[in-house]
Amino acid sequence: MNLQVLAQVNSFLAALVLLTAFAMLSQRKINSLVTLFAWQGLFLSINTAVVGFVASKHHLYISSLLTLSIKVILLPYILHVLVVRLKIRKEVETIVNIPTTMLIGIALVIFSYHLTAPVREMSTLITRSTLAVALATVMIGLLMMITRKHAVTQIIGFLAMENGLFFAATSATYGMPLVVELGVALDVLIAAFIFGIFFFHISTTFDSLSVEQMESLREDN
Amino acid sequence: MKALTLIFIEILQAIVVIALAPAFAGWVDVLKCWTQGRTSAGVMQPYRNIAKLFVKDVVIADNASWIFRFTPYLVFGSAVVVGSVVPIISMNLFLAPSADIIVVIAIFATARFFMALAGMDIGTAFGGMGASREMMVASLTEPAILMAIFTVSLAGRSTSLLHIARAFASGALVLRPSIVFAGIAFVLVVIAETGRIPVDNPSTHLELTMIHEAMILEYSGRHLALIEWGAMIRFFLFVTLGIACFLPWGIAVTDNAGDIATSVFLMVIKLGIAGAVLVLIETGLAKMRLFRLTEFLGAAFLMATLGVIAFFILE
Repeated sequence: MNLQVLAQVNSFLAALVLLTAFAMLSQRKINSLVTLFAWQGLFLSINTAVVGFVASKHHLYISSLLTLSIKVILLPYILHVLVVRLKIRKEVETIVNIPTTMLIGIALVIFSYHLTAPVREMSTLITRSTLAVALATVMIGLLMMITRKHAVTQIIGFLAMENGLFFAATSATYGMPLVVELGVALDVLIAAFIFGIFFFHISTTFDSLSVEQMESLREDN
Repeated sequence: MKALTLIFIEILQAIVVIALAPAFAGWVDVLKCWTQGRTSAGVMQPYRNIAKLFVKDVVIADNASWIFRFTPYLVFGSAVVVGSVVPIISMNLFLAPSADIIVVIAIFATARFFMALAGMDIGTAFGGMGASREMMVASLTEPAILMAIFTVSLAGRSTSLLHIARAFASGALVLRPSIVFAGIAFVLVVIAETGRIPVDNPSTHLELTMIHEAMILEYSGRHLALIEWGAMIRFFLFVTLGIACFLPWGIAVTDNAGDIATSVFLMVIKLGIAGAVLVLIETGLAKMRLFRLTEFLGAAFLMATLGVIAFFILE
């Protein structure tokens, strides 16, 4: 396989990561959101392996495997168990309606394209064009955290942001040092556990996981 | 001599489009019956329907204006015009340079505009309701289809259908994210434009859910035959337009008879597969609530826009 084809595979996978980000933005059902998150992780993991092959950086294979085990298998499993245990069946409520959210998402993609233009000019890596997609994924994750009311969807948004950051590191510099990546992976895992514990407390206190309820904690002045 | 051959191919293609469109609609119906476990009436059923309608009398309401009488001919005629412009059996078409892909979409939009006017012309409640729904769907599909087409014309470096089809047919098969996005958007738009299931149900006669059927409720006899035939040609053309833009391999490049025969043969196979794919999508989905359509078509617009963006970012 020549470099040209691999570069195309790389940008195709980047497009798929962006597509799953948008699909998550438009998805109403929480179970499908978890599945989409797992798909995003899978594309990211394959992409990391491809970049590892192109750049012959062997530590990227390890982080690819790490992504596969944590973001495709472990985290979706934990989230799934959470959804089942907390008996979440309702559709996700959104603050802004979905077509508007998607239009904002498109604007964010264009914004991040312009933002990364100087980096693209300087860089010589073959993955440089996917940097805009990575930044867009981070921003769409953030947008998802802003526009959703439900605590679990906000966490999925947060994890999607982390996916974007990981992708950005891969496409900008062929990945962070392995120690950093191991640390981040562990952090994300621990965070998921802590979130789970918090969710149980929130749902027992408020009978709901909608973060709007927490506004009643505010002190009147 | 050369011009004569081109005119001959042009006429041949128009005949192929007019003659094969009901067969394609029949094929889709047959597949749909199979997937739902029903016995089908056969591929030839649309021909029998059209023939039956042509011998029946035309009943026109007293207060119908010329628009009502004129629309069926316009719908059929515009479909035939588009059918002679899209490269379906050959890449050398006499009329093709006269209209690019944006004109094609505009001709379809004109037919739709007159159809909505005719729906409102009689003044029945269902006609007006169908017309307003049709216009709502149109206002959502047209941005999406134009964006999808812009993506394809960016990659083909032209808005002329012939140039696009030639560029795609000659280029090696490459993984282009932008074309994949545009292709998905195009499929979603075709489903909406031709009134297939998540958007409209082509076989419904339940007043509250119909869109296209509600507009043509007042038509009868040869008028109805022309409108139905026009709708079949339109369905056929949207699929062949998709084939010309996204899978143009096999469309004849030269003028000799052998190539054109192969091209027609390949077209029939491609249409058969495309029909099967559409039926699978239709069978797997339930009809959507009207107000959820913004999301469905919003997704189509998003895909098409992502296609344009991906073209600039990733390629």
